[in-house]
Amino acid sequence: MIWNETKECMSRDEMQTLQSKRLVKTVERVYHNVEFYRKKMQAVGIEPGDIKGIEDISKLPYTTKDDLRDTYPFGLFAVPMSQIVRVHASSGTTGKATVVGYTKRDIDIWAECVARAFAQAGLTREDIIQVAYGYGLFTGGLGAHYGAEHLGATVVPMSTGNTKKLTTMMKDFGATAIACTPSYLLHIAETLEADGDIDKIKLKAAICGAEPWTEQMRLQIEEKLHINAFDIYGLSEVMGPGVACDCIYHKGLHVYEDHFLPEIISPETLQPIGENETGELVFTTLTKEGLPLLRYRTKDLTSISYEKCECGRTLARISRFKGRSDDMLIIRGVNVFPSQVEAALLEMGETAPYYMMIVDRVNNLDTLEVQVEVDEVFFSDKIGELESLTKKIAHVIQQAIGLAVKVKLVEPKTIERSMGKAVRVIDKRKLI
Amino acid sequence: MFINQLSVFIENREGRLEQVLEALKNNNINIVSLSLADTSEYGMLRMIVSDPEKGKEVLKNNGFSAMLTPVLGVKMSHKVGQLQILLAKICEAGINIDYMYALATGSDDASIVIKTADLKKASEILEETGIELISSGELKG
Repeated sequence: MIWNETKECMSRDEMQTLQSKRLVKTVERVYHNVEFYRKKMQAVGIEPGDIKGIEDISKLPYTTKDDLRDTYPFGLFAVPMSQIVRVHASSGTTGKATVVGYTKRDIDIWAECVARAFAQAGLTREDIIQVAYGYGLFTGGLGAHYGAEHLGATVVPMSTGNTKKLTTMMKDFGATAIACTPSYLLHIAETLEADGDIDKIKLKAAICGAEPWTEQMRLQIEEKLHINAFDIYGLSEVMGPGVACDCIYHKGLHVYEDHFLPEIISPETLQPIGENETGELVFTTLTKEGLPLLRYRTKDLTSISYEKCECGRTLARISRFKGRSDDMLIIRGVNVFPSQVEAALLEMGETAPYYMMIVDRVNNLDTLEVQVEVDEVFFSDKIGELESLTKKIAHVIQQAIGLAVKVKLVEPKTIERSMGKAVRVIDKRKLI
Repeated sequence: MFINQLSVFIENREGRLEQVLEALKNNNINIVSLSLADTSEYGMLRMIVSDPEKGKEVLKNNGFSAMLTPVLGVKMSHKVGQLQILLAKICEAGINIDYMYALATGSDDASIVIKTADLKKASEILEETGIELISSGELKG
């Protein structure tokens, strides 16, 4: 089912006209309301009048996560706080959160986009959807929740953490769909298998996102649970989940480009690159009021296609992600930068600046181990002291990244010294 | 009178303990006594050796975390209740014992190694009561 046929199936010409009209308005708004953008545009000698349509997009400056951090917390908001009805936050590269704000209209458009994604997954108001993303500052839970309500479906706001309760309610309520991270869904599938409950559920679709996964993993989920699994994409800076989602043909994720204008650029030269070529995905928001962003660099690597999909949608499609152009990790749906761990350790001041993050996936749940060298600086021959130090390090890192970690003390010089860019992460997760 | 204990941090990896011992052997350092405390992730090897300063240097050069800790070596006659009498003195003074283990001195008498919170005070109390402490000189060779 196509939720908004007018927008999702319009011709390329119509779409570009709509995007151009909205871009001109967005540029005018940020120029007048956001000092950061006014200064940035003035610095390159651009005025709102110079942007007449999407063909002028490359004249505009880029925005990065660092810009959001530097203007923490509300510096890039384009409306007075009286019009902001909600904020979300995600982790930044150095511990400071990236804060995003929404007006009432932003929330409505977000719900519309997520509803489109759910409709793409074949869901209607008849469905019972369990939302098993985390609820809170993370956009996943509330984003999926509002979208499912907008669709008119019955929402079960599970959040994360209690798999047994989730599977029990999945059976008892006859839930027909679930929204969660793909790794968590595999964990749920194994719990159901172990309890012999696979045949007792009515699940038909899963909308998974917030972490990278492969086509093989998607097929494995479909096979294990006898369902259709869909790939939903989003990032809090641009909006949250529901920026793009794939359809039953699984040939790329449809970008809701009437609201988010996608570009692909070379992360090296920052020049736009052509259709079907891999580069960094960049978004300009076209309708957002609270936090409009010009050419936001997602650091996600993908390619784009404008070919009409077999499902009938004409929306641009981005391919499955091929990695990132920075060192961000996604662990249990949480964005983690090695620099956060480093900053936390250095701030603590009791350890050597050598550490290694070992990311693994055990029973389909991500684990993070941080190895820290036992240096002369903090070596003690009392095991009690080493143990309290281990606990302290774990606590400090958890405060910094918002994830429980296992800290392991290792012998000095066992962590590789690198001449160039230090390798600080070993990701053992096989994205099967 | 303190003696220096050589402590080494050892990861729970195959062969690591043997590599510590090999490094000491190659540098002609004799181990008089040792204790090995283990946790799930690592072990703490505490040793009384013939030349602790050289031992520390050797281990550091071989990539180990090693440190010297002053401890007390206490001589005791081989009779029932001797250790209890000794500990009673330390407890009376309100001094906490961090760890202890037996020290092999080769003579007929027994000896132990004690690490306490206030080492100086503990050694004074023991010496006052006529208990004999081992000097580092006795451990050479």
